[in-house]
Amino acid sequence: MSADTPAGTTAGATSDALIRFDNVTKRFGDNTVLDDLCFSVRPGKHVTLIGPSGSGKTTILRLLMTLESPDEGTITVNGNRLFPADEKERREARKKIGMVFQQFNLFPNMTVLRNLTEAPVRVLGLSKDEAEVRAKELLELVGLADRCDARPTQLSGGQQQRVAIARALAMRPQVLLLDEVTSALDPELVAGVLDLLRDIARTTDITMLCVTHEMNFARDISDDVLMFDAGKVIESGPPEKIFSDPEHERTREFLGAVL
Amino acid sequence: MTSFDWSAVSDFMPEFWDGVLITLQVLVLGSLISFTLGLVWAIAFRAPTRFVRWPVNVFTEFIRTTPLLVQLFFFYFVLPEWGIQFSALTTGTVAIGLHYSTYTAQVYRAGIEAVPKGQWEAATALSLPPHRTWMAVILPQAFRRVMPALGNYVIAMLKDTPILLAIGVLEMLNQARQFGGQSFQYTEPLTVVGVAFILIAYPASLLVRALERRLVR
Repeated sequence: MSADTPAGTTAGATSDALIRFDNVTKRFGDNTVLDDLCFSVRPGKHVTLIGPSGSGKTTILRLLMTLESPDEGTITVNGNRLFPADEKERREARKKIGMVFQQFNLFPNMTVLRNLTEAPVRVLGLSKDEAEVRAKELLELVGLADRCDARPTQLSGGQQQRVAIARALAMRPQVLLLDEVTSALDPELVAGVLDLLRDIARTTDITMLCVTHEMNFARDISDDVLMFDAGKVIESGPPEKIFSDPEHERTREFLGAVL
Repeated sequence: MTSFDWSAVSDFMPEFWDGVLITLQVLVLGSLISFTLGLVWAIAFRAPTRFVRWPVNVFTEFIRTTPLLVQLFFFYFVLPEWGIQFSALTTGTVAIGLHYSTYTAQVYRAGIEAVPKGQWEAATALSLPPHRTWMAVILPQAFRRVMPALGNYVIAMLKDTPILLAIGVLEMLNQARQFGGQSFQYTEPLTVVGVAFILIAYPASLLVRALERRLVR
């Protein structure tokens, strides 16, 4: 449970929450990764999840993307049930969520452009032309307008990740999940990707949920930071508070180790 | 007596060409059946419900671990008792295609499993429906990996075509045997057929390789 009720996240029930976890428990075998977790995120907020590895941060993103299912509890997005829900309901809720992965996961058998148009055409029902216009705008935004016809494997890691961000945005998500998006990048490529995400955070009203080890980035973009340990939120609050004056001993230890 | 009689070669030609046509027909249709059915099995192996996975697994394991000859006899001699009857050639082609589909299914399975998990996850994250995930993302990546192995099964299938003699299909080797039986000249027709096997198998392997290159691009 979160320790207090800061601007973007709340422990209790709120009617205006975009994302809600209610009493969510997730186990892998004997290992309880999320333990009776409750939290919510209001629309347009940027929330960063921090904590030691294995504390359940990534599992939260994977649950929201329906890549895992919770053992107990309820997850809703924009009032639509994600869990428990039937497949149709889940599909509707999921369409509002985009995800960027640590390993990019671009489709290597498609051009960069088609990576960005496949889902908008097949899922949102856009015409091919509409989807391509939109895809080219997005590639412009991420600085790769000239690489439409390239294959993902011809791009650097940083470029691939920027394409992956554009691909997620092409679905016009309300929520963007960022799962350690710079962890697989060479150090000199990290800044470009983080700058792009800062831009997106500043210029759009997309709600962001972000797992990262880049504490400066977290401090810059976050409205709220949630500190995880052993499947629970042990502390949450605005970044100024968490990074400079954490209340919990575990938070102090963790930040001492990573900062 | 031991010298090679070229006139026997030319005497054999009419039967030989009949045999080649049958061999090629069995090979091409058998390959198509085995490639298509194998893919169906491989996708069924990953069906969300075990009520599909389980029967498909049992059926394909059964076909794969029993001799082709037994299946051939079953299709040709047993099925007609239940009112299902086809020509020997059709029966043989289907039997070979079905038999080999259980091998190609394993090839596809390995190819599908080799596609990184992240590709499935990205497809889910984009809400792609299952058929688009298969058709646009997974299978194109799996196909490249399996092409060489599928080609090897085409060649194995070619070498299994003479087994159709068991139900009276005269493909090229059996034409040679029959010709030998009538003329008492075995060396020449068997040599011709041996060379023909190489001449079919080698271009077939080249074709598969060319296809592989085109898919990789």
